[in-house]
Amino acid sequence: MAAIIELKGIAATFPGADKPVFSDIDLAIERGEFVIVVGASGAGKSTLLRVMAGLLPPLAGTISHAIETRPDRREISMVFQEARLMPWRRVADNVALGLEGLAVSHAERDQRIADALRLVGLADYGDRWAHELSGGQRQRVGIARGLAVDPDLLLMDEPFGALDAITRQSLQDELLRIWKETGKSILFVTHDIDEAVYLGDRVLLLGGAPARVVQTYNVDAARPRAREGKDVGQVGVQVKADLATLFDEGDGI
Amino acid sequence: MSKRTLLGAGGLFAFLAIWELVARSSFVEATLLPAPSRLPATLISEVTLGFWHQMVLASLNHYLIGLVSGSLLGVLAGAAVALFPNLDALQSWLARMLRPIPPLAWIPFAIIWFGISETAAAFIIGIGVFWINYFTAYTAVRAVDPDLLELAASFGHRSLGARLRKVILPAAAPGILSGLRAGLGQGWMTVVAAELFGITGIGQRMNEAAGLLATEVVIIYMLTIALLYGISDILFVKAQNRVLRWQR
Repeated sequence: MAAIIELKGIAATFPGADKPVFSDIDLAIERGEFVIVVGASGAGKSTLLRVMAGLLPPLAGTISHAIETRPDRREISMVFQEARLMPWRRVADNVALGLEGLAVSHAERDQRIADALRLVGLADYGDRWAHELSGGQRQRVGIARGLAVDPDLLLMDEPFGALDAITRQSLQDELLRIWKETGKSILFVTHDIDEAVYLGDRVLLLGGAPARVVQTYNVDAARPRAREGKDVGQVGVQVKADLATLFDEGDGI
Repeated sequence: MSKRTLLGAGGLFAFLAIWELVARSSFVEATLLPAPSRLPATLISEVTLGFWHQMVLASLNHYLIGLVSGSLLGVLAGAAVALFPNLDALQSWLARMLRPIPPLAWIPFAIIWFGISETAAAFIIGIGVFWINYFTAYTAVRAVDPDLLELAASFGHRSLGARLRKVILPAAAPGILSGLRAGLGQGWMTVVAAELFGITGIGQRMNEAAGLLATEVVIIYMLTIALLYGISDILFVKAQNRVLRWQR
C-alpha cells in the first residue's frame, strides 16, 4: 500500500506561541483511506491540518508527498468548520475559488464546478448566494469547493461540528458516499467520538503536552455501519475511556 | 400613496404655509425673511440672467475635482495603511494630529499655495473628503475576516495581489462604499464655504446676494445645494446597491 502523504517527526505551534503544541507526529495516509483525528481541545488537531495544508510551517519534521504535482489540480484541499463561503460570490463562484489560478480551461472549469455541485447534491444551486443557503447546504458547498480542485487528500476540520444533529448525520452519510465515489483520502478532525468511529478506517487519539499520537484504533466494521451497537460500539467505548483518562491526568485540557 | 408619504408631504406643506404667514405678517421685514411665494420668480430670474447654471456648473466642477481626488487618495492611503503594519505605526500619531483640523482651516494655505483659483476650492473640498475615506477604508480593510484570507491561502491565493482581488477588496467594499457616500455629503457641505473667498460658484453668489440683502437669492441657492446633494446621493445609492447586490 502506498502512502500518499507521510509525516515524520512533525512538531508545530500556534502562530505567535513558541512551545510546540504537538511534537513527534508520525502519520502515513494511504490512498483512499479515511483517517480521523480526535483529541482534547488544545491538542492542536486543527494546527496539524494547517501544517499539512501548507498554511503553517512546522517547527520540526518532514512531510513527503507521493503525489505528482499537476498544474490543473491541487494535491491537498481543505474544508473548514464554518464553511467559510465568500458572501459576495454565488455558490458556483465559491466552488470556483480553488480553480482560479490552476491551468484549467473555461469549459473544464464550468464542468468541474457542475460535477462537484452534483456530487454534493446541490446541482441546481449554482446561482444562489451564500446567505440563501441553510447551514448544511453551506457546508456542502464547502465540500464541493474542496473537491473541485481534484485533490488526493481532503483535510476536514470539524466540518459538521456547527450543525444540528439531524443535518450532521445526513452529511456524514453523504460524505461516506462521496468518499466511495471519488476514492479520495480524507483526514477528518472531530471531537465527536461517535462520529469518529462511524466514519473512519482509523482513529488517532492526540493527547499530552506537547501532544502526541497516544493511541491508534482500527475500525474494521464493514460499512454501512450501525450508529449504535456492536458494529463500532467497542471501539467507541475504548476511545471514550482513553480520552477520559487523558483528561484525568490533567494534561489534555 | 402610503400614510408615511402623505404625512411627509403634509409636514413640508405646513412648514411652507407657516413660513409664508410669518413672512407676510407685519412683524418681519421682507429682507429678513422672504416669503416662499417669491421664490419661483427669483429662480426664473436667476436662470434667465444665466447666473444659476454658471454658478452650479462652477461649483459642480470644484466639487467633482475635490471629491474624486479626495476619495481616491483617501481610499488608497487608508487601505495601504491598513495592509502594512509599519505604515500603520508610522501614521498613527500623524493622522491623529492632522485629522481634527477642519477643512476650512486650510483656506489660508489654499490661497497662498493655489491663489484665488478653482484648484484652491477643490483642495479644500478634497481635504474633508480625504479624511472620511481614509478612516472608513482603513477600518474596512482592517475588519476583513482573517478566516477568509486563510481560506484563500489554502487554495493557493497567497500573493498580495491575489489576496486583494479575491478577499480584501470585495470584503471591504461595503465599508469603502459607505465612506464614499459620506464623502459625497461632506463635499457639498464644504463647497459653499470654499467659494466664499471669491472663487466663482454657488458660495460666492450667495455671499454677493447676502451683501445686497437679496435674501430670496440666498434661499434659491440653499435649496439648489439640497437638490444637488439629493440627486447625487440617490444616484450613488443606486450604484451602491448594484455593487453590493450580494447583500441581503
